[in-house]
Amino acid sequence: MTVAEPITAAVLQKLVAEFLAAHDPRAAADGEARLDFLRARFDAGLAWIHYPPGLGGLGAPRALQPVVDAEFAAAGAPDNRPGWNAIGLGMAAPTILRHGTDEQKHRFLRPLWTGEEIWCQLFSEPGAGSDLAGLGTRAVRDGDDWIINGQKVWTSLAHIARWAILVTRHDPNLPKHEGMTYFILDMHAPGVEVRPLRQITGESEFNEVFLTDVRLPDSLRLGAVGEGWTVARSTLMNERVSIGGGAIPREGGAIGVLANLWRDRPDVRTPGRHDDVMRAWVDAEAARLTATRFRQQLAAGEVGPDGSAVKLTFATLMQRIAGLELEMRGEESLRHEDWDLGRGRDVPFLNRIAGYRYLRSKGNSIEGGTSEILRNIISERVLGLPSEPRSDKDIPWKDLPR
Amino acid sequence: MTAAADLLYDETDEELRGNLRGMLSERSPWSKVLARVESPETCDSKLWAVLAGEMGLAGLAVPEELGGAGATWRQVAVVLEELGRAVAPVPYLGSAVIATRALLHCGERDLLAELASGRQCAALAVPFSAMAGTVTPSVSADGDALTGTVTSVADALIADVLLVPTADALYAVSAADATRTSVVSLDMTRQLCDVAFDGARACRIASGPAAVSAVTAALTTGAALLASEQVGVAQWCLDTTVEYLKTRYQFGRQVGSFQALKHRLADLWTRITQARAVARYAAARAADAAARAADAADAAVPGASVDAERSVDAQQEEAIAAALAQAYCSDAAVLAAEECVQLHGGIGFTWEHPAHLYLKRAKSSAIALGTPDRQRAALARMVDVPAA
Repeated sequence: MTVAEPITAAVLQKLVAEFLAAHDPRAAADGEARLDFLRARFDAGLAWIHYPPGLGGLGAPRALQPVVDAEFAAAGAPDNRPGWNAIGLGMAAPTILRHGTDEQKHRFLRPLWTGEEIWCQLFSEPGAGSDLAGLGTRAVRDGDDWIINGQKVWTSLAHIARWAILVTRHDPNLPKHEGMTYFILDMHAPGVEVRPLRQITGESEFNEVFLTDVRLPDSLRLGAVGEGWTVARSTLMNERVSIGGGAIPREGGAIGVLANLWRDRPDVRTPGRHDDVMRAWVDAEAARLTATRFRQQLAAGEVGPDGSAVKLTFATLMQRIAGLELEMRGEESLRHEDWDLGRGRDVPFLNRIAGYRYLRSKGNSIEGGTSEILRNIISERVLGLPSEPRSDKDIPWKDLPR
Repeated sequence: MTAAADLLYDETDEELRGNLRGMLSERSPWSKVLARVESPETCDSKLWAVLAGEMGLAGLAVPEELGGAGATWRQVAVVLEELGRAVAPVPYLGSAVIATRALLHCGERDLLAELASGRQCAALAVPFSAMAGTVTPSVSADGDALTGTVTSVADALIADVLLVPTADALYAVSAADATRTSVVSLDMTRQLCDVAFDGARACRIASGPAAVSAVTAALTTGAALLASEQVGVAQWCLDTTVEYLKTRYQFGRQVGSFQALKHRLADLWTRITQARAVARYAAARAADAAARAADAADAAVPGASVDAERSVDAQQEEAIAAALAQAYCSDAAVLAAEECVQLHGGIGFTWEHPAHLYLKRAKSSAIALGTPDRQRAALARMVDVPAA
């Protein structure tokens, strides 16, 4: 097709049909055939269509992606199991696309999209949580290489990841935001040690990652030396967009579990609880409509701040609903299933017992930016209120109190 | 089930908002509203003439063939947001929403055309606190003569016509034939009155179940649309408080830089963001129910029974959306007004600052058309969460 032709849904449907005629989706169910099919889809520009040609896309409007995905799904084609590589697809890929060299883009994006290479994110540290820019993992230049030392934490998928996005401090003598440099890290490199981090549910969805004299070539640097904070911020923008989820029907979430418990079990009903349940119902429906409105804004090309309201509300609502359910179940809730250390079960969240959901949802207001940091962001970027006076901006990182 | 609702504003909505905001800031700044609450005429009849007559907004949701503008309740909701933002002392909710919805339900063309054109103004004679489905008529009819008293009626002081429910009918009465006694109201920007009838001559506009359903439809749409007025009130409170905290200095810094206050305002913004989604949903469902009712009324069309069924579904969804909207937006507006007073400090406690106008509007609106707890109880019945 010519460059001038606008890419419409009909054009995409035609391209997918042509692709499927040349690549039989039924012969690509699993194994190498499945990967070959996905690689071919990437090479045809039908992977993430808003990416540039040659990198899995067509430079088409992102809003048309569902058209392409629906055509492949209808043909019974294998997908790239996006849930298995959420950090790669949601955060590493857009960062590499924006800040990577041509060589990096061509090396990493294809196996990332096909799911051959899983990614994780090495950002937070024991001493740098909400204040990410305070991080201390050191990167010291050694000829054409860098030597990395430090500890990272809260790393989902580190135990299966092939690559990581990593933020480090290359110069502790500069103010904190200026002395940072961003890298791609080979998780198989000597000196990378992954340990499970056990959480309040007893399970381990996250890891600690220890980096001891890890050597990585300068060709894995993402962005210029000293640009680490800028690159990290663009990664985190994508995190806030990716949390929020898809459209759900009324009572499709945790509130449905609670409402059905009320309906099915007259023994759990008390007059006081009735209004608690209805207050939760009202708030859950309000949150659902807010998420719906936010998606309508995105579809209409309006990038507004309402997603922050969605995340903030979702977190407290999940906690409140699970806490209410625990109390309604009374004695039953005093008994838990198990506290075994495991890597998390392949069971949908809403099918887990209330005690598990109560505990796991405590993470909702911490992961991906705490609710407190989110309130700072809303008050400063949406409402335009001034920041708190700060004492950490203009002094060398090494002189900060810690 | 009804189709997905569009919760956004379109270009027409934004144009309408812009025109209205400009007109209101010129003709009805808060200083004039504040002065008017202590004047003999608390309702601004000149402003109402501009809104209803010149701008043609009284008949916004009335079909063109009935003398209206043929828009939908979604646009009416935008008007209410702006009127709430200005705490404008006009009978828009009572006449252009509640009374208009009752007349649309009754198919009362002549009076509807009078209202739509702004030549006349009407009010439904029920206490402002009355909730859809719970109205107990306090007026009785003897032939075409009405006797009885209705207390705490909103938007009736300026009305030309009163719509009066009795046990088995709905009547239209010339306001001149009733005795209206103004009430010192919590919210003087929407002053209430007690209305007494002593053998007043009335015209019956609906009977039996149709009369009951007309009142229910009117109060349901009123509740759905009041939510948008509450969003307007809440947004003014937030905007005004944010601006104040940027200019007020204490301890050598802007008060708005203290995290304790920033977090409260972030939470308030979050609440209002959600209230807007809920209010837009209620307005969309009100529009949908009105459109379905019009389809069903057009019995000449083949497939009328399907239309009738859809109309019932749409009404049920409007009722759920309205109860949800009142349960959510009432509290959001009250919180916004309370935060506005508190975060302004001493000045927020004075008569000379407008914050109290918004607090009084917010609190009385929360009580109007059913308090949040009553709305939650009604919602519980509709979504099958039975009482303990």
